[in-house]
Amino acid sequence: MSIDYSEKIPNNVDLAGDRKLQRALESWQPNFINWWKTMGPAVPTQDVYLRTAVDVGKEGWAQFGHVAMEEYRWGVFLSERGDDRRIAFGENKGEPVWQQVPGEHRADLQRLIVIQGDTEPASVEQQRRLGETAPSLYDLRNLFQVNVEEGRHLWAMVYLLHAYFGRNGREEAEALLQRNSGDLDSPRILGAFNEETPDWLSFYMFTYFTDRDGKYQLGTLKESAFDPLSRTCEFMLKEEAHHMFVGTTGIDRVIQRTCELMREHDTADIAPHGGVPLHVIQKYINFHYSVSLDLFGSEQSTNAANYFTAGLKGRWQEERRSDDHLLTEDGYGMEQVRDGSVITDEVPALLALNLDLRNEYVKDCQSGVKRWNRILEKNGFDERVYLPHVGFNRDVGLFSTHHITPKGDLVGPDVWEARRDDWLPSEADRTFVQNLMRPVYEPGKIAGWIAPPSNGINGKPFEYEYVHFA
Amino acid sequence: MTESGPTTDAGSPAVDFDRDPSTYRHWQLEIDSENPAVAYVRLDVDEEGGLVDGYELKMNSYDLGVDIELYDITQRLRFTHPGVRAVVLTSARDRNFCAGANIRMLAGSPHPWKVNFCKFTNETRNGIEDATEHSGQTWVAALNGTAAGGGYEMALACETILLIDDNSSTVALPEVPLLGVLPGTGGLTRVTDKRRVRKDRADVFATKSEGFGGKQAVDWRLVDEVIPKRRWDETVRERAADAARASTRLPGGAGIELPPLQRTETGEGITYPHVRASFDRAAGLVEITIDGPDGGAPSSMEQVHELGADFWPLAVTRELDDLILRLRSNELELGTWVIRTRGDVGNALAVETFLEEHSSSDWLASEIRHYVKRTLKRLDVTSRSLIALIEPGSCFAGALLELALACDRQYMLDGPFDDSTDDTGDTDDTDGTAGSGQEEARIVLTAANFGTFPMGNGVTRLGSRFHGDDDHVAKLRQEAGRRIEAREALELGLVTDAPDDIDWDDEVRIMLEERASLSPDALTGMEANHRFVGPETMESRIFSRLTAWQNWIFVRPNASGPEGALRKYGTGRRADFDRRRV
Ligand SMILES: [Fe+2]
Ligand SMILES: [Fe+2]
Repeated sequence: MSIDYSEKIPNNVDLAGDRKLQRALESWQPNFINWWKTMGPAVPTQDVYLRTAVDVGKEGWAQFGHVAMEEYRWGVFLSERGDDRRIAFGENKGEPVWQQVPGEHRADLQRLIVIQGDTEPASVEQQRRLGETAPSLYDLRNLFQVNVEEGRHLWAMVYLLHAYFGRNGREEAEALLQRNSGDLDSPRILGAFNEETPDWLSFYMFTYFTDRDGKYQLGTLKESAFDPLSRTCEFMLKEEAHHMFVGTTGIDRVIQRTCELMREHDTADIAPHGGVPLHVIQKYINFHYSVSLDLFGSEQSTNAANYFTAGLKGRWQEERRSDDHLLTEDGYGMEQVRDGSVITDEVPALLALNLDLRNEYVKDCQSGVKRWNRILEKNGFDERVYLPHVGFNRDVGLFSTHHITPKGDLVGPDVWEARRDDWLPSEADRTFVQNLMRPVYEPGKIAGWIAPPSNGINGKPFEYEYVHFA
Repeated sequence: MTESGPTTDAGSPAVDFDRDPSTYRHWQLEIDSENPAVAYVRLDVDEEGGLVDGYELKMNSYDLGVDIELYDITQRLRFTHPGVRAVVLTSARDRNFCAGANIRMLAGSPHPWKVNFCKFTNETRNGIEDATEHSGQTWVAALNGTAAGGGYEMALACETILLIDDNSSTVALPEVPLLGVLPGTGGLTRVTDKRRVRKDRADVFATKSEGFGGKQAVDWRLVDEVIPKRRWDETVRERAADAARASTRLPGGAGIELPPLQRTETGEGITYPHVRASFDRAAGLVEITIDGPDGGAPSSMEQVHELGADFWPLAVTRELDDLILRLRSNELELGTWVIRTRGDVGNALAVETFLEEHSSSDWLASEIRHYVKRTLKRLDVTSRSLIALIEPGSCFAGALLELALACDRQYMLDGPFDDSTDDTGDTDDTDGTAGSGQEEARIVLTAANFGTFPMGNGVTRLGSRFHGDDDHVAKLRQEAGRRIEAREALELGLVTDAPDDIDWDDEVRIMLEERASLSPDALTGMEANHRFVGPETMESRIFSRLTAWQNWIFVRPNASGPEGALRKYGTGRRADFDRRRV
């Protein structure tokens, strides 16, 4: 079997000269295409205006053009790096990074890669039906863009498994296609990736909050002593930026439209006028933010400490930090519940790495809130959106056994049950939002609950025909 | 003593196992001129001849150096003196046979040294029993004075124990009461399992430091016979002659010489004509390559006798034996041994068939096979991870396949090595004698794998591998003689995994690195457990029960701590025990 690999699979890993990779991909690739056809976007299209990663250089790393989705060229790219990269943290700090997986860390590295890899196709599966209700061709195109790139991220992780983890890696790569989001028998590994993304408001929230978790996880893997993983993640972060852009501007536009409708009808209750009321948006923020916090795992983690010490997984922007990068002596403040109130306790910094990462994430999330509040302000409204307390609605970690209000107050189960629908999207809210979702496929047109974007894609106008239907 | 190479531990020198009868310091080997079927092996320890500084070998006590000479004697008796049918083990000193292992040596030795010492002395005693049982060289202990501790354990390895009756000489195991350790060189086990001393009596005996002599020693079966001093020499001679007469040893002729091994040692490895070991200190492993025979079977046994120590099976076994001993003592941090063979499967089979045909009629053929068996047993009790790599150009067939089966894991390359230029793995070996890159790796089972080389627990390595599944072993027996390729070997359960050439380098590298990252102690314990699946024998109990406990006691403060019994012995002060039972 001979395939022109560099043509079919853009790459900078010398695929054409690597028999091992070719052999692995020969059996994996058809299964991937098959997975894409059955689990990928459900709306049939002729072609979509997409960017395709074709290189790693600063300039022109991507090409834009209309492509039939199943002919999308999912490539394999690792960022280029200097030859003398050194391990930046942990017990091997200062030593050259690894170009091969050290046998000692094979199991852990493989696990980290599998978990990351599992989230990538999961989101495609979760968003499978969204295309049927896209508010505009521009948004539909963005959805597909995010989807194909999550597909490429899957490829990136599979590349690592194929290239560095032998037969075991091939089996894990295969399993990545076998698990499916929401599948009762073989679900995706992380809970948040087994929930369907039912509507476009959820989609924007997902790309803002949950994709952002992905960004932070990739950021820690980018620091890894295992250089191919590090370089892979660095390149993925480039694409991830666009996913976050879709989320940020998506929520921007919903809030903008909500402001317009509130002004137009002079009421906060814009539901009857086909808009999403601000308190519903807040509930969606509460929900997506809190389930995304769960993805950071337990605040205290010996696994994370071991990964750090071994050099497998660093901290966010490890190299810009000014401590000793060993953390054996340091402490870290950790919020927890004690005797009926939330207090801050000092714990060994090594054990608090998940919390450290989560705190970075929280800071980043706040910038979005600021931005949305500026829109409210500009439109002359006093209402504000906010991030709920980190202990709110948590299933993982120190707060998971307590009920915390969005303001951070500890309450009993009775209060929680009584107020729950004030804080989280209720059945009625979800039904309402879903009912707003009607496809708008006419170029230049947009649904009534969302404002159009200020710019199109790649210099093209909003009216551009981004998607041709089959 | 070899000066090259690293030392094993602070204060422990590298150990050299080369010995020559003309330079023995501690033993006299004499073939009885009147009855050449009898050999006398007399212990006469040179007090100043300790292997390490810091102790004197008083009272005919021994250290590793003394035992290395004893091992050399056992080997030469079997190969150089085929006419010997009975061996009298005695002392050159009156009233003192042997006081056992030197206590100051034990007290001052680091733990690994004690463990290696214990293992080697056990193997030598097992070898003595093997000579009696399988070689028709019956060992008779003639205790012309007190045999205490390791001294009595040496006697226990003999078929018959004669004790002089002089009102003072006794046999004793004073380790527990005096030293706070065990009679770990088979003592406890042989007293009960071999001499069938009742276990409550064994308990009394092993806690009574002065031991027993005279009639009670006979009554309790600790010795076979006590002999008055005046009739001592004559009776010993008679008993030896009786044993020689009863021996079923194959008729001897001229023996063969065992010349010094040709060995080159460097910091990077050890090389012999047929065996090469190259060290990878960074990875903590040694790659061992064993060459198969150059040609097919010899034309006749006469030719084999002429070749003597140059005959491939003997030469390669001597080299491997020496290598195992050296690596075990001198390269403690090379925790994984990667074992390969190289050569023609057909030749290996031809030589094996030839030996098989002659092993019941020719003493040398028989001795070679028993020597292979003992060497494989050494491998079984070696506390290193053993990994067999079965690659194209290898010759794991019959006896050589036992090497792979002795390993903890076997990896067999599926398909030929890839010759294409773009994806050359690391070619790790220097000389390309294999050169047969297109050939696939094959292994061959022979009759030898089904009983010729039993493990210490009395079963074959296949029997242990497939313990509880006799049907499968029977099925494998039908595959004997057939060349089995990787996939089939995997299906038959003969190898752990069979990656193809694309995966081979990665799989092997990662597996070896993973192994090297695990706790060496946990590995030693785990491997010892897995290697001896199946029944126990006296021999395996000595290793699995006696020495395992001994090694535990050795690291306990009650033995080795500053207040422990080993350290306090001979100071006139009592040990101060931590009284808690653990
Ligand atoms: Fe992604
Ligand atoms: Fe993403």
